[in-house]
Amino acid sequence: MTQNILELKDVKKQFGKTEIIRGLNLEVRRGERLAVIGPNGAGKSTLFHLISGRLSVSSGEIWFDGDRIHHCTAQQIYQRGLSRSFQITNLFSRQTVYENILSAAMWAQGYRYTFWKRISQLKPLHDRAQEVLELIGLAARRNVSVNLLTYAEQRALEIGMAVAGGSHTILLDEPTAGMSRGESDAAIELIKTVSMGKTLMIVEHDMGVVFGLADRVAVVVYGQVIACDTPENIRANAKVQEAYLGVKKDQKKEVTDGIA
Amino acid sequence: MTTHSLIASRAGGLTNSRLTLMWLGFAAVLLFAPHVFTSSLAHSHLTQMGTGIVLALSYNILLGQSGMLSFGHAAFSGLGAFMSVHAMNLAGGGTFWLPLPLIPVVGALTGLAFAALIGYVITRISGVAFAMITLGIGQMTYASALMFPGFFGGEGGVSTNRVYGEPILGWTFGPQIQVYYLVAFWLFICVMATFYLTRTPFGRLLNGVRDNEERIPFIGFNPHKLRYMAIMTSGLFAGIGGSLMAINFEIATDEVLSLHESGAVLLFTFIGGTTSFFGPMLGAVIGVLLTKLLPDYTAGWQMYLGIVFILVVVYAPGGISSLLKPGMDMVRRTILHKRYALFFRLLLSVTALVVSAILLIELLYHRATGASDPLSLWGFSLDHQGFIAWVIAIALLLAGLLTIKASGRALVRQLAEDTAQLEGEAQ
Amino acid sequence: MEFFLISLLNSLSYGLLLFMLSSGLTLIFSMMGVLNFAHASFYMMGAYFAYTISGMAGYWAAFILAPLLVGIAGIVVERYGLRAVHKYGHVAELLYTFGLSYLILEGVQLIWGRSAVPYGIPEILQGPLFTLYTTTFPKYQAFMMLIAVLTLLALYLVLTRTRIGLIIQASLTHPEMVESLGHNVPRVFMLVFGGGCALAGLAGVIGGNSLVTEPGMAETLGTIIFVVVVAGGMGSLMGALLASLLIGIIQTFSIAIDVSALDLLSAAGVSISPHAFGHSVLAVSLSDVAPMLPYALLVLILIFRPRGLLGKREN
Repeated sequence: MTQNILELKDVKKQFGKTEIIRGLNLEVRRGERLAVIGPNGAGKSTLFHLISGRLSVSSGEIWFDGDRIHHCTAQQIYQRGLSRSFQITNLFSRQTVYENILSAAMWAQGYRYTFWKRISQLKPLHDRAQEVLELIGLAARRNVSVNLLTYAEQRALEIGMAVAGGSHTILLDEPTAGMSRGESDAAIELIKTVSMGKTLMIVEHDMGVVFGLADRVAVVVYGQVIACDTPENIRANAKVQEAYLGVKKDQKKEVTDGIA
Repeated sequence: MTTHSLIASRAGGLTNSRLTLMWLGFAAVLLFAPHVFTSSLAHSHLTQMGTGIVLALSYNILLGQSGMLSFGHAAFSGLGAFMSVHAMNLAGGGTFWLPLPLIPVVGALTGLAFAALIGYVITRISGVAFAMITLGIGQMTYASALMFPGFFGGEGGVSTNRVYGEPILGWTFGPQIQVYYLVAFWLFICVMATFYLTRTPFGRLLNGVRDNEERIPFIGFNPHKLRYMAIMTSGLFAGIGGSLMAINFEIATDEVLSLHESGAVLLFTFIGGTTSFFGPMLGAVIGVLLTKLLPDYTAGWQMYLGIVFILVVVYAPGGISSLLKPGMDMVRRTILHKRYALFFRLLLSVTALVVSAILLIELLYHRATGASDPLSLWGFSLDHQGFIAWVIAIALLLAGLLTIKASGRALVRQLAEDTAQLEGEAQ
Repeated sequence: MEFFLISLLNSLSYGLLLFMLSSGLTLIFSMMGVLNFAHASFYMMGAYFAYTISGMAGYWAAFILAPLLVGIAGIVVERYGLRAVHKYGHVAELLYTFGLSYLILEGVQLIWGRSAVPYGIPEILQGPLFTLYTTTFPKYQAFMMLIAVLTLLALYLVLTRTRIGLIIQASLTHPEMVESLGHNVPRVFMLVFGGGCALAGLAGVIGGNSLVTEPGMAETLGTIIFVVVVAGGMGSLMGALLASLLIGIIQTFSIAIDVSALDLLSAAGVSISPHAFGHSVLAVSLSDVAPMLPYALLVLILIFRPRGLLGKREN
């Protein structure tokens, strides 16, 4: 087993004439929690889209668990053990919380396009769905249609959908975006719980979350990783301060306090 | 938590025992309907409702369950019909043994085969573009009917005789009531099959394709493959529906492949409601009533059909079936809180609208026939050449239009207040 | 040679008529995302209105008034119907226009009856314009082509040279932005819808008497213009023009060519017995298949090039 579960080698992505990802290199270690930070428009979500197969790379390679995946379809990548959540909530809109989780748990439970068995007979599927439901704290909202949930509940369900299949690598795209302090804290606890023993990549803007959660931090600016190190080292990294925050050397102290 | 209670807590509380009751009840209705409505004409209508329900259910697998709008459904049912009449002719001529009750299998296989043939390629696309492709396929199939008279029988179509071979348990399937029971049998199978399909993982995933196709790969499935399977399933049941039609009418003409036919299925399914399982069933029943029963009473039946459709699209996009529960709820609460005056006011507005609309449409159609004698409606004699009838109709229409929103809102608001008050007292 | 030239001219006039119809449809689709199933019904309305008005006040009065009336009808349809359905999504809008086409058909039959009406060409435009070899080319067809070209020129100028045209172009791709800049985008939508319908109505005015004015006219042309819009690329006027001409050529030529695969094979010296498998398929001549060709084109384009010939937006 390789030490790196995910490797991006000189990945580039163009949309028409605009290059969003401009030669990105990244190594994600098995079992680590890696936070991806960077200014808006840096390409963090695009990065997730490339890794998860929603977009294809213009050039470069992506290796997952020892295999090339940059030409794989999104469902093939999922089937290899990588799942993700979305920045903009992306649930099955007309269904209940429970139905959403059921759908997300199906593949891992071995149910392919099964049309000869009724769901009500599939106890392991129900057990798993119930387990995830309780894990994300929505057991009381089981039969509520998802468009009636509060924003925080929807975001929790987003996370639930990403983990229901038991994937060993989880990508979370701004899971706490738009949440209040209290909601954020609850979400962080949830993320810590669901990512135990798994590899986690998380895009975040909230530095408090990042420093409390991440083993390493990758800083993406203008489609490239300019630094990838422990949170403390990143905090002190001059390149990061300048690129991300646009500060000069003498403003370093204020900024360092700001990141804390 | 046991599996049993897990399904019980799903909306509607459809436990196994309730389901069994439902099936028994449905079977009973099917068994006894022709004895409640005893005329031969009624039996014919019941039979057509049966085939209509199968077609509507097959259509809703695509539209309501998978979110795939199709304008070419008649291609599947129509081809099923043609294959079936050929099979009946061949079986009747002794080429092979295939008793009438098994003919719908031919239809099923035809629909499935056609869908398998073209489905892979056309389901690569979704949305409005997919709807357009189905339009193209439907029209192409319709056009080819006249191009290959050997198979499609040209303008006269292909006719057949459903009475062939040995009678089964004494039944020749000549009489309408026997055909009805054959259709009812297949209807029961199809309803059960399509119902349980919605409760399989596959059914759940189809709903996923409908609600958020983008997410499907991220839970491990291929949306294209799902859509392909959906069209094959839909084609299979559509083929059965076409086959039943062919058995009932003993003929298949190019009309069964037309856009008119595809449009009718779409209309009925949508009017009934695409968001529930039994919505399309209701739609098919209403559809047959509107297109077979109504023409006996008025020449304007197509106008009524079109108006009902548009009203459903604009005011009840979930279909008439989506209005049933809120409607009953409103009635129940009106009785509970004794708001009879407000309810009556709303009823008056609605009646004014409906009556005036019917008046106007009937007057217009009567005038269009060029008749000089007055229109006879509900015992009244209305002179369409004079002013009074028109004035009354238009006045009533205006009265209804102007008051309906207000009276509706008044009742709803009052009931909401009452309910809130009741809940407040209960706490 | 004669056949070729005459057919080419016919294709051109038919194609231009198709373009008049589909340009409105393309505009409406680009801007509002609504595929107006009832578009051909407005064409039919234009023809019938023109028939009635020309019976009362002459052809030229009809020429001005009928498209206006159809445009107003379009505005009413948008304001009171389509707008209400808009929130339910594109499928609901498509269904609404589908039901509308049904209702308009019924209404037309109610008022004017179920058989064709004698909407005729005005005397001044009757007769041949010139004679090519042995076939005459009617004045009226030339008139149709002229009007079609003028309308499209006017459309082009309005869209590119006037202020409202620029707003429309901007709203084609960025309606929210245009609205936040202070323009009344819903009103623009309403005007575009009405304008598109008026164009269809004008096509009906000039096409109804040259082709036939009967209740079936909407259905025949209706599906063809969808093919045009899709094949040309949903959202591209240039594409719609190309597709209209292409389909005009395909339909005009194919109807006249009575050659089948069997004929070609026997010309090459291969003969197939009538009992051979597939004989009936090979015996089908091009003119038999003609009605099907536009749909075959539609399906092929949607499969191999879903964005059409010149389409920009992938739906």
